[in-house]
Amino acid sequence: MKVSNIPFMAMRKVVAALSLLLIVISIVSLSTKGLEFGLDFTGGTLVEVAYEVAPDLDQVRQSLADNGYGDVVVQNFGSSTDVVVRLADVFTPTLGDEVLLALQQESAGVELMRSEFVGAQVGEELREQGGLGMLLALAIVMLYVAVRFQYKFSVASVAALAHDVVITLGVFSVLGMEFDLTVLAALLAVVGYSLNDTIVVCDRIRENFRIMRDIETVDLINESINQTLGRTLITSLTTMFTLLVLFFFGGEAIHSFAFALLVGVVIGTYSSVFVAANLLIAQNLTKEDLIPTPKEEFEDEMP
Amino acid sequence: MLNKYPLWKYLLIVFVLALGVFYAMPNLYPDDPALQISSQKATSVVDERVINKVTKALEASGVPLKEAELTSAGATFRFNNGEDQLAANPIVSSVLGDAYVSALNLVPTTPEWLSAFGAGPAKLGLDLRGGVHFLLEVDTPAALQQRFIVAASEMKTSLRQQRIRYRSVEVDGGVLSIRFLKQDDLDLALSMLEDEFEEYLYSTQELDGEFYLEARFSEISKQEIEAYALQQNLTTLRNRVNELGVAEPLVQRQGSNRIVVELPGVQDTAAAKRIIGATANLEFRLEAGLEETTSNIEEMSFRNETGRTARLERDIIITGESVSDASSSFDENGQPQVNINLDSKGGKQMSKVTRTAVGRSMAVVFIEHKSRSRFVEVDGKLVEERQSFSEKGIISLATIQSTLGNAFRITGLNGPRESSDLALLLRAGALAAPIYFVEERTIGPSLGAENIRLGMVSAQIGLLVVMLFMLVYYKVFGIFANISLAMNIVLLMACMSLLSATLTLPGIAGIVLTMGMAVDANVLIFSRIKEEMAAGTPNQQAIHSGFNRAFTTIFDANITTLLVAVILFAVGTGPVKGFAVTLSLGILTSMFTAIVVTRAQINLVYGGRKDKRLYI
Repeated sequence: MKVSNIPFMAMRKVVAALSLLLIVISIVSLSTKGLEFGLDFTGGTLVEVAYEVAPDLDQVRQSLADNGYGDVVVQNFGSSTDVVVRLADVFTPTLGDEVLLALQQESAGVELMRSEFVGAQVGEELREQGGLGMLLALAIVMLYVAVRFQYKFSVASVAALAHDVVITLGVFSVLGMEFDLTVLAALLAVVGYSLNDTIVVCDRIRENFRIMRDIETVDLINESINQTLGRTLITSLTTMFTLLVLFFFGGEAIHSFAFALLVGVVIGTYSSVFVAANLLIAQNLTKEDLIPTPKEEFEDEMP
Repeated sequence: MLNKYPLWKYLLIVFVLALGVFYAMPNLYPDDPALQISSQKATSVVDERVINKVTKALEASGVPLKEAELTSAGATFRFNNGEDQLAANPIVSSVLGDAYVSALNLVPTTPEWLSAFGAGPAKLGLDLRGGVHFLLEVDTPAALQQRFIVAASEMKTSLRQQRIRYRSVEVDGGVLSIRFLKQDDLDLALSMLEDEFEEYLYSTQELDGEFYLEARFSEISKQEIEAYALQQNLTTLRNRVNELGVAEPLVQRQGSNRIVVELPGVQDTAAAKRIIGATANLEFRLEAGLEETTSNIEEMSFRNETGRTARLERDIIITGESVSDASSSFDENGQPQVNINLDSKGGKQMSKVTRTAVGRSMAVVFIEHKSRSRFVEVDGKLVEERQSFSEKGIISLATIQSTLGNAFRITGLNGPRESSDLALLLRAGALAAPIYFVEERTIGPSLGAENIRLGMVSAQIGLLVVMLFMLVYYKVFGIFANISLAMNIVLLMACMSLLSATLTLPGIAGIVLTMGMAVDANVLIFSRIKEEMAAGTPNQQAIHSGFNRAFTTIFDANITTLLVAVILFAVGTGPVKGFAVTLSLGILTSMFTAIVVTRAQINLVYGGRKDKRLYI
C-alpha cells in the first residue's frame, strides 16, 4: 500500500481558522437562535395518528380548534397519511386521549400511532441530565487518555471532542432541526466515534516518537497522520454507509438520530486528522513527554 | 510455528460461535399472538376444564385457535394472527367471567430443544411491540401531611386518656402544634408524648399567656415515612397492574420519589390511567348523635345528591385498608353494589363498634386525593405548583340493623364502572400517598410493527453494503472480515437474549452503527499488515506483527468508546438505554470477532505456508 504524503500540518493555520470560524458560527447561533428542543426536553403533549387517506392539515387544525384546542402544531410525519399534533405549554396528562378522541370523532379510521406526555419538570431534568452526562463523558475520557497516554494528548483529544460536539450542535441550531433524546444519544455516540479516531492517530504518534529519531515533531505528526489516513477514511466510509442506510431506510423516528451521527462522523473524521494533532503541536509536544511511559504493557494479552 | 493456533484454540472458537448461534436462534422464530388466562382468586384455578370451556366457546364463535396449553401462571391460548387474538378476547372474557383475567400478549415460539437450555428471544422494547410507559411521581409532602393528621388524632386520644387538658391541636405545614392553658399541662403532655411518639422532635414556646407544644418530624423519620410511602405505593401499583391482567408488566422505582410503570400491549390507556392513578379509598363512620360535641363532628355532603348533607363523627371505624376482598355485582333492584370482606382485625373492630350502635346510622365515605396543577410566576419564570386536596363524599348512609361482621355490602355507587373500579381498588389496596403522572408514552401496535420492519430493512441493507465494500477493498481478507462481522451480529444477538436485554428502535440503530464500526478493528489490522508488507517484511511475519501492533490501538480506542457507551447507559432512559446496550455489547463482541475470529481464519488459510501470496 502506498502511504500518502500529504502535508497536513502545513495547512494547520488555515484549518485552525476554519475550525474557529465554525465554532464561532455555532456558538453565535446557539446563543441567539438556540436549539429547537423536542418534546423530551420542553415537556408538553404530542399525538401521532395515521389516517387511511391523507387528510387536509388545515381541516385537521380547524376541527381541533373547534374542539377548543387552538394553540396546536399540526404536521405531517414521514408520510402524508401520518399526522403529528403537538401541544406545548400545557401539562395535563389526559390531553393526549382527549385530542385523539376529538380527531377520531371528526373522521373515521384514525389510528393512534403514539401519544406522548412529558411534564415540565421531567423535561427540565432530562435536559440537565443530558448536559451532565456529556460533561461526565468528556471528563472520564480526559482522565483515561491522561493515564494511558499523557496529559497533552488528553487535552488535545478532549478539545477535539468538544469541537465536534459544539459544531454538531451548531448544525442543529442553524438548520433549526429538532433536538430530542435520540439526538442526545447520537451526540454521545459521536463523542465515542470521534474519540476512537483520535486515539488511533494519537497511538501512532506515540509509537512513532519511540521508533523515529532525529525528526521534527511537526514532521513526525504529519507522518503519523498519513500512515493512519487510509484506515481513518475506510472506517469513516463504512460507518457513513450504515448511517446513510439508517437515514434513508430507518424511518422518521431515527431520522434526526442518523443525521446527527452523519454530521458528527464527518466532523469527527476531520477533527481527528486536523484538530487533535494541531493541538498537540500547540502544546509543544516533545519526545521527552513520552519517554517515561512504560512500554506496551498489553503485549502478553495478545490473541 | 508462526500463525498457527493449536487445535484446542480452534475448537474453543468454534464452540463459542456455536453457542452464539444456539442462543441467537430463538430470535428467528416469530412470536404468536396469544391470550393469557390467569386466576384472580384463590378459589378459582386454571385447569383443563377452563381450557375445554374456552376452546368450545371459540369453536362455537368460529375463531380459529392455534394451540392451548397450561402454564405455571395459568393458561395460554395461541392464535394464528392478531385479528383472531383480538376477536377472541371478548369471547374468552365473557365465558370465564370475573374470576379470571385474560391478557393480550405475544408469546415466543422457541422450540423446546432451545428453551430447555435457557435460550429465548431478546425482549422487545415498548417502541417495537407497542404499549404504555408511565412515569409517576409520589407526592411525599402529602404523605407526611397525612401522617401528621393521623398523629394529631392519636395524640388527642392519648391526651384525653391521660386527662391532660389541651385547647386545640393543629397541623400546619410541617408543624403539629398543641395549645395549652397551663404550663403544668404542657409539661405533663411533653413527657407523655415523648414516650409514646418517639419519631417527633418537640419544642415549646409561650405566646400571649398560652403555651404551645410543637412537634416536627426528625430528618430520619421523615426519610422513613417517605421511603415507606414509596414502597407502599410500589406494592399497591403492582397489585393494581396485576388486576389489569397485563402480561409482563414492569413496575419499578426510579430515583427517590418516582415510579416507572410499563404495560406492554395495553391499548386502552385511559382505563389503565384511571386505575393506576386512582387514589380512592373508603372510610366507615357513624352518624353523629345529638349529644356529640361539635369539635368531634364533621359535616359532609353526599356524592350523588346535591345539597344533602349529614353530620358524621370524626372518629373512623375502619378504612379501606382493612378490606381483604371486594367484588362488584348488582343488588336485587339492579343497582351496582360492592361486596366487601374485611380482614380479621377490621372485622373485630367493625363488630365491636356496631354491637353498641344498632339502630344508629353508618356512613360509607368515598375519598379521592386529587391535585391541581397551576403555573405561578416566580422571578419572571413560570413554575409549576401543585396543590393536593381531598374530595370526600358520602356514598351511603344506612341504619345498622344488626351487628356487622366480616362481610357486608355497600351501595349508592355511580354505575357499574365505578363499582367495579372501587372493588378493584379495594382489593389492590390504597396508595399511601397521591401520585402524579409526570410522563406518559403510548405506542400503538402498528407503529411498533412498522419500527421492527424499518429496523430490519436498515440492518440488512447496512450489512450488505459494508460487506460488499470490505470484499471489494480487501478481497480474500475481506471475506475473513465479513465472516467475523456476521459472527459479531450473531454473538451480539446471543448476548442480548442471554442478558434478556431490551431491544429498542435506537437499539437496532446501534446494531446497524456497530456494523460500520465493527470492521474498524479489521481495517486497522489489515492496514498494518499492508504496511509491513510494503516495508518488505515476509508475509507470515507481516501478518503476525500486523495483529500485534494493531492490538494496543484497538484496545485503547474501544475502551474509550465503551466508557462513553456506559455513561450513555447511565444517563439515558428507555430507548436511549437500548442504544447504549447494543453499542457497548457490540464493542465487546466485535473485539472478539475482529481479533480472534479473523486471526483464526487467517491462520487456518495462510498459517505456516511460506510462499503463499496474500490477497489483501
